[in-house]
Amino acid sequence: MLCDSMTPFKLMAFLPELVILAGALVLFVISLGHEQGGRARLAAFVTALATLAASLACLGQEATLFDGAYRVDLFSQLLKLAFAGGFALILLVSGGLPDIRNDVKPEYYLLLTISVSGLMMLVSSVDLITLVVALEVSAFPLYLMVPMRRERNGQRVQMESAIKYIMFGVAANGVMFFGMSYLFGLTGTTVLPEMLTRLEPVSGSPLAIAGLALTFCGLYYKLAVFPFHFWTPDVYEGASNETASLVASLPKIGAVAVLVRFVSLAAPDNRTVVLLLTLLAIGSMFYGNLIALMQKDFKRLLGFSGIAHAGYALVGFVALDQAGFAAALYYIIGYLLMVLACFVVICKVSRDGVNVAIEDLAGLHRRAPLLAVTLAVGVFALAGIPPFVGFMGKLTLLSAALAKGHLALVIITMINAAIAVYYYLCVVREAWFRDPGALPPIRLDWPARAACLLLITGILALGVAPARVLQSLSTSVAKAQLGAPGTVLADTNPGEGSAPQPVGSALAP
Amino acid sequence: MSFPGYNDSVLSLLIFGPLLAAALAMFLRSDNLLRGWTLVSTSALAVFSLPLYWRFDPSTADFQFEVNLPWIPVLKIHYALGIDGISLLLVLLTTLIMPLCVLASWRYINTRVKEFMICLLIMESAMVGVFCALDFILFFVFWEAMLIPMALLIGIWGGPRKVYAALKFFIYTMAGSVFLLVAIIALFIKVGSFSIPEIMGHSQSFSLNFQRWIFLAFFISFAIKVPMFPFHTWLPAAHVEAPTAGSVLLASILLKMGTYGFLRFSLPMTPDATLFFTPYILWLSVAAILYGGLTALAQTDLKKLVAYSSVAHMGFATLGIFALNKAGLEGAVLVMINHGITTGALFIVVGIIYERLHTRELAQTAGMGKHMPVFATFAGVFALSSLAFPGTNSFIGEFLVLAGGFEVSRSLMIFVVPGVVLAAAYMLRMLQKIAYGGTANPDHSRVPDLGLREIVTLAPLLVFVFWIGLHPEPFTRVMHASVQNVIQQTQGRAAPAAPAVAVLP
Repeated sequence: MLCDSMTPFKLMAFLPELVILAGALVLFVISLGHEQGGRARLAAFVTALATLAASLACLGQEATLFDGAYRVDLFSQLLKLAFAGGFALILLVSGGLPDIRNDVKPEYYLLLTISVSGLMMLVSSVDLITLVVALEVSAFPLYLMVPMRRERNGQRVQMESAIKYIMFGVAANGVMFFGMSYLFGLTGTTVLPEMLTRLEPVSGSPLAIAGLALTFCGLYYKLAVFPFHFWTPDVYEGASNETASLVASLPKIGAVAVLVRFVSLAAPDNRTVVLLLTLLAIGSMFYGNLIALMQKDFKRLLGFSGIAHAGYALVGFVALDQAGFAAALYYIIGYLLMVLACFVVICKVSRDGVNVAIEDLAGLHRRAPLLAVTLAVGVFALAGIPPFVGFMGKLTLLSAALAKGHLALVIITMINAAIAVYYYLCVVREAWFRDPGALPPIRLDWPARAACLLLITGILALGVAPARVLQSLSTSVAKAQLGAPGTVLADTNPGEGSAPQPVGSALAP
Repeated sequence: MSFPGYNDSVLSLLIFGPLLAAALAMFLRSDNLLRGWTLVSTSALAVFSLPLYWRFDPSTADFQFEVNLPWIPVLKIHYALGIDGISLLLVLLTTLIMPLCVLASWRYINTRVKEFMICLLIMESAMVGVFCALDFILFFVFWEAMLIPMALLIGIWGGPRKVYAALKFFIYTMAGSVFLLVAIIALFIKVGSFSIPEIMGHSQSFSLNFQRWIFLAFFISFAIKVPMFPFHTWLPAAHVEAPTAGSVLLASILLKMGTYGFLRFSLPMTPDATLFFTPYILWLSVAAILYGGLTALAQTDLKKLVAYSSVAHMGFATLGIFALNKAGLEGAVLVMINHGITTGALFIVVGIIYERLHTRELAQTAGMGKHMPVFATFAGVFALSSLAFPGTNSFIGEFLVLAGGFEVSRSLMIFVVPGVVLAAAYMLRMLQKIAYGGTANPDHSRVPDLGLREIVTLAPLLVFVFWIGLHPEPFTRVMHASVQNVIQQTQGRAAPAAPAVAVLP
C-alpha cells in the first residue's frame, strides 16, 4: 500500500518537525553573531507559531516513516500540537530572559528549540533506537540550559543543579538502557509494535517484568516520580525561572506519552506492573504533598507538588487501559497549563530574576491584579477545584482507576488532594489576603498579558468543555496503543480496541 | 410574566444570569454604579424566579423545569437541571436573599467593591446551581466552585482573623468533599450514570455494605457543611470574620446545602444505610441542639452568639430529616427556610450594629433600643422568631420537627426540650441587652436609627417571618408530594408490606 503517491503525504506528515528544525537552523545562524538576543527571541517565537500552524495543519496525518521507526498518528500529532502550543507559551512566559547571560541568549533559544524538537520526535518514535535518540535530543539541551543562569554574588547554585540534573539523568538513562536490553534480548527486535506481539506470550516472566520496570525508570526520572525525583526541587531552584518553567512542563508530557506506548507492552492484566505503578503513585503523592507543605520557596513548592502530580498521572496508568491512558494524557496536558500559569507569575514577580519566596507574593492582587487572578486560577486548578481542568483531570483519572477496582488507591489519591489544598491555599493567602506592604506594583508587558489570558482561558476551557479533547485523546490512545504490525494504517475504527470495561466503553465513542 | 420557553430556560438563566452580570460588572468603574448594577441584576433575577412558584405543579414529586443536554459525552456527564418541591423553596430563598445581601453591604464594603460584587454574583450562580443540578458531577462542580468566592469574601473583606477563618472554611469543606467525589464515582461505576434520578432509581440494587460506605462518605461531606455537632468548628470562625453579606450567605444558603444533601442524596440513594445510621444521627442532632444552645448562652460577641444558635437550629433540621416521617421532613425543610430568613436577618442586624459602633460586644451595645426604636422593633421580632415564638415562622418548623421526633422516640425528645428553653434564654438575653441594657449603658444617644435602605433590607424578611408564622400553607403546599416521595424512597423498602406501594407510578 506504500506507493509513490504517498510521498507528498509523507512530507506533510513530517512537516511540524521540519519546521521546528528549520527554525533551529535559523537560530543557529543567529547565534553565530554577537549580542543577538532580541533577534533570536523573535526568530524563536516565529518558529513556535509556525510549528503550531504546521501541527494544526498536519493533525489528521497518518503515516509510518523511516522503515517503521517513526509513526505519525493522531496520538503523536495531538501531542505535537500540545508541544508547539507549550513552546509558544513558554516563550511568552520567559519574556526577555532577564536571568540569562546576554552573550548566550541566542544559544539559549537555540537549545530550547532543539529540546522541543526532540520531544516532538519522541512522541512519534516507535523504535527503541529512535526513541532513545529523541529522548536525548530533548534532554541534553536542558542540561546546558540550567547552568546558563547568570552568576551573581554568591549565586552558583545553578552549577550544582546542572550537575545534579545531568548525573541523575545519565544514571536513569543507564538503568533504562539496561531494561531495554532485556526487552531486546527477549524479543529480538527494537520495533515497539513487533515487540508487543512477541512479548505477549512471555509477559509474565520475571525477565520481561524486570525489563519493563527498568525501562520505565528513565521515564519516571523525566516525570519526577518518587524515588527518581531527587533532582526536581534543586533543579527548579537552581535553574533560572524561565528554564524551570520549561523543565517543569513539556518533558513531563513527553514522558507520559512514551509511557503510554510502553505500558501497553505489559499485558492488560499484568499484576506485578500494576502493583509497581500503584506503589510508585502512592509514594509520589505522599512524598510530594507532605514535603511541599514545608516549602518557603515557590519554585521548590512547585517542584514537590510536581512530584505529587506525577503520582496522580500514574493513577491513570494503574488502570492499564485506554481510559486510564487517555486520562493521564489529559491530566498532564492540563498540568502544562496549570504549572505554566504559576510560572508566569514567578517570572513576573521575580525582581531581576531572583527566586521567588512565597512571601514575595504578598498583596499580589493589588500589585498586579491579572497576575493574581492567573495565580489563583493556576493554583486552584492544581488543587483540583472545579470548574478548572485539574478537577476534570482528577475525575477522569479516578474514574478510570476505580473502574478497575483500585478503591484504596482512589481514596489515597483523594486524601492527598485534600492535603495539597493546604499549601496551595497558603500561596493564595499570600497573594490575595495579605497587604503588599512596601512591595512595588508590577508592570506587565503584552507577552505576559497574552500568556496570562491564554493560560486562564485554556485552564477554564479544558475544564468546562473537555468533551472534544477527551474524545480525541481516547481515540488516539486506542490507535497508538494497539499497534500490531501491519494494522498501523489499516485500523481506522477507534472503538474496536476498547476493553469491555465500564469506563473503557464509556470513553469509546 | 408569561413568555414562551420560560419553563425550559428559567433554571439556566438563573444560573448563568449572575455570571453574565459579573462579566458586565468588570467593565464598570464607579463604586456606586457597581452597587446599583448588582442590586438591579440580582433583583431582576429574583423577580424572574418568582413565576417558578406559580408554574410549579405541587401535585407531583417529579422534577420540573427539566433541562437535559449532553455536556461531556465521553464521560457520560450531562448538563441536567430540574427542581422538585424541596429545591424550589431553596432556589427561591437564594434568589430572594441576594438583593438583600447587596443592600446590606452597601455601606459596609468600601474597598474593592467591584471584586466584592463579582464574588457575590458568582456565589449566586453556584448556589442556584447546587439546588438545581440533576447530574452528580454538575452538582459537585457547583458545590466546589462556591468555595473560592466564599473564601475570598471572608479572606479579603473579613474581620481581624479573616485569613485563619477563610483557610479553615476552605480546608474543612474541601476535606469533606473529597469523599463525596469518591462516593460519586463509586455510584457511577455501579449504576453507569451520573444522573441523580437514575441513581435514586437503582438504590434497590445496592447491597447494605455498599450503602453504608456511600452513606458515610456523604455524611462526612454534608455534616461538615451543615455543620453537625462534632464538625462545626469552622462555622463560628467563618461567621465571625465574614462581612455581613458573607455571613448572611453562609447562614441562609450554604448551611442548607448540607441538609439538602441529606434529603436529596443520603435518604433516597442509601435507604438501608440511612435506617441503619438513623439512631446515631438523631443523637448527634440532639447534641448539636444542646451544645449550640449552651455555647450561644456563653457568648459575648453578637456574631458568635448567632453563629452558635445556627448550630442549634441546624440540629433541628437534621433531627427532622432523620425522624424520617412526614411531619419531621416537612418541619426540617421549613426549619431550613426559616433559618435562612431569621438568621440571615439577625446577621444583618448585627451588621447594622457593627457599622454604627464598630464593635459586636454585647456589653457595648447595651441600651441601643432606647435611641433606635425602629431598629429595636426589627431586632425584637427576629430574636423572637429565632427562639420559635408562636406566631413567627420558626415556631411552625420546630413544632413540626418536634412532632415528628415524638413519633420516633419520646426519650430522645425529652433531651430536646431543654434546647428549646435554651434558645429562649440566649435570644432573650441578647434582646434584653440590646433593647434595654442596664443602668450603666454606654452613651448611644448620637447613634442614628435605621435609614430607608436598612428598613428596605429587613422589611421583606419581616414579612416572611409573619407570613410563614401565620399562614404556612403556601410554603408547605409545594413540598408535600416531594417529601412523601422521599419518605417512600427511604421507608418503602423497610416495611415488608410497602413494596407494593413503592412500585405505584
